[in-house]
Amino acid sequence: MKRGALRAFMVKEFRHILRDRQTLTILLLMPLVQVVLFGFALRSDVRDIRLAIVDPSPDNATIALRNRFVASTRFRIVSISQTASAIEPLFRRGEADVALVFEPSFASHLASRTEPAHLLLTVDASDPNTGTVMQSYSRAVISSYDAELAAAALPPGRTVRIATETRMRFNPTLESVNLFVPGLIALVLTLVSALMTAISLSREKERGTMEVLLVSPLRPWQIIVGKVLPYLGLAFANVLTALLAAWLVFHVPFRGSVLLLLGESVLFAIVSLAIGVLIAARTSTQRAAMLAAMLVTMLPSTLLSGMLFPIASMPAWLAPFTSIVPARWFIVIARGIMLKGVGLPYLWRETLVLIVMAALLMAAAVRSFKPRLA
Amino acid sequence: MNPNALAISAHGLTCRFGSFVAVDHITFDVGAGEVFGFLGANGAGKTTAIKMLIGLLAPSDGEARVAGFDVGTERAQIRRNIGYMSQRFSLYNDLTVRENIQLYGGIYGLSDAQLRDRTAALLESLGLSESAGDLVGRLPLGWKQKLAFSVALLHEPKIVFLDEPTGGVDPITRRQFWEMIYAAAARGTTVFVTTHYMDEAEYCDRISIMVDGRIAALGTPAALKAQYEVDTVDDLFVRLARGATVTA
Repeated sequence: MKRGALRAFMVKEFRHILRDRQTLTILLLMPLVQVVLFGFALRSDVRDIRLAIVDPSPDNATIALRNRFVASTRFRIVSISQTASAIEPLFRRGEADVALVFEPSFASHLASRTEPAHLLLTVDASDPNTGTVMQSYSRAVISSYDAELAAAALPPGRTVRIATETRMRFNPTLESVNLFVPGLIALVLTLVSALMTAISLSREKERGTMEVLLVSPLRPWQIIVGKVLPYLGLAFANVLTALLAAWLVFHVPFRGSVLLLLGESVLFAIVSLAIGVLIAARTSTQRAAMLAAMLVTMLPSTLLSGMLFPIASMPAWLAPFTSIVPARWFIVIARGIMLKGVGLPYLWRETLVLIVMAALLMAAAVRSFKPRLA
Repeated sequence: MNPNALAISAHGLTCRFGSFVAVDHITFDVGAGEVFGFLGANGAGKTTAIKMLIGLLAPSDGEARVAGFDVGTERAQIRRNIGYMSQRFSLYNDLTVRENIQLYGGIYGLSDAQLRDRTAALLESLGLSESAGDLVGRLPLGWKQKLAFSVALLHEPKIVFLDEPTGGVDPITRRQFWEMIYAAAARGTTVFVTTHYMDEAEYCDRISIMVDGRIAALGTPAALKAQYEVDTVDDLFVRLARGATVTA
């Protein structure tokens, strides 16, 4: 029985990976740490909104609305006063985020057919994003109360005056962690695939072992496949870890097919691996390969993929460039599968883009890997 | 000489990098089973010439055949017939002695039985049987070089290329290394070895001395010493190299 050259080479690669315990531990723990850190730190939803209430004439109507805020898990009432002058110092000292001011005749206006009941909602918008989010949460509480009054037809014939309906589709609780997890999977896959392949290939060049491999009967594609497959396995493990962490720690829903997501992850990993090979072909030291991989894959995958910043809000000249970032397409796919539960009929275009990218980049990678070293 | 008996033949082999001519029309033959010393100062073009012969660099001009195959068009056949020990250490420090042997045995397509027998013989002859499970990185340099040489011979190539195999190695190990080279040659392996230790040149059947990309002298050590009326290859080398700096 002849031993396969490719098999022997892959056994060696697995040994390299398994023997370098520190790197392996870091690589295996990375998705876990990233999901947990990003999940807690990088969320745009707001919790524990400190609410100050000014209620000049407390009665059943105002207390009913106040209780709505108490019942909502997001708000915490920090102050109840009778005059609006109490609010200003609270805002200045940063002790309140939102103030709700009832007009003195709130209850009677609410009961009347003609005059609307007035509410003043003041929001600390020093951070505009947080401010907007807090405003919409507050309005959601108020309008749900208003709609309920209307539904109870009290008083008869009254129509809904504030009909602000804030519905957050696919993410009804505005959980930003749900949006980050698909992006994190892309990031981890890029890191393991592109970065580690680039480092491992350029290490062979730096140490001089690549020459010996190229002089051996191993074909260039065998060297590439032998390098890439073990990392593909590692990438696969990382996707599962990230999904498991997201599900256990943040209860991120998984609405679509796990198999489809794993398949798409493999496709995306192949694209990244090819980029890693291309980087290694153009660099001669591990350090250069690592920096190049950071620049070419990690930065665009984080900043231009729509993971952190919506592509719609990028300047017009920049947006087209996101199309060449593979992570941008993968994130659409992963979000579609995980959060919307859609399948290939809705995601075939993004999938096709990744397939074309994988084919082109792999072909370029094998070509760049000429047996002759200049 | 019967052309089939030639392990290596080069005719006008040239390598240019831009306007710099690293190897300038070198012509030589190496017979099968010969120990051929390829000498030259650092930067004379030895490594570049080797890289063309083993298919790592495309010749800019001229032609060469290795084991009867053309270096330009028949690289795949050449690779199966040669062993190569590069200037830099070619084994993996984070793999054990046995794992390194298994890797190269596998790459060169040895059967399980062949690999088992040759691994045992190799470890036995190097006295490394006890250390088969040790990481190569922990071995002393001399052992590493001897192991690398044995691994390059594992698939029993017709020709083995050794690029400065004894660099940085102590004199006793160098002596042992040359005993290994003789043993390989006695089994019929052609040995193409570069070195800049001129005493080692005396061990070779024939030598060539490269100066500034050209072959300045070619022949048996004894014949060359007689021709240039010097006592040692070292003196010969200095004379040729000095001539080069004068003309340059």
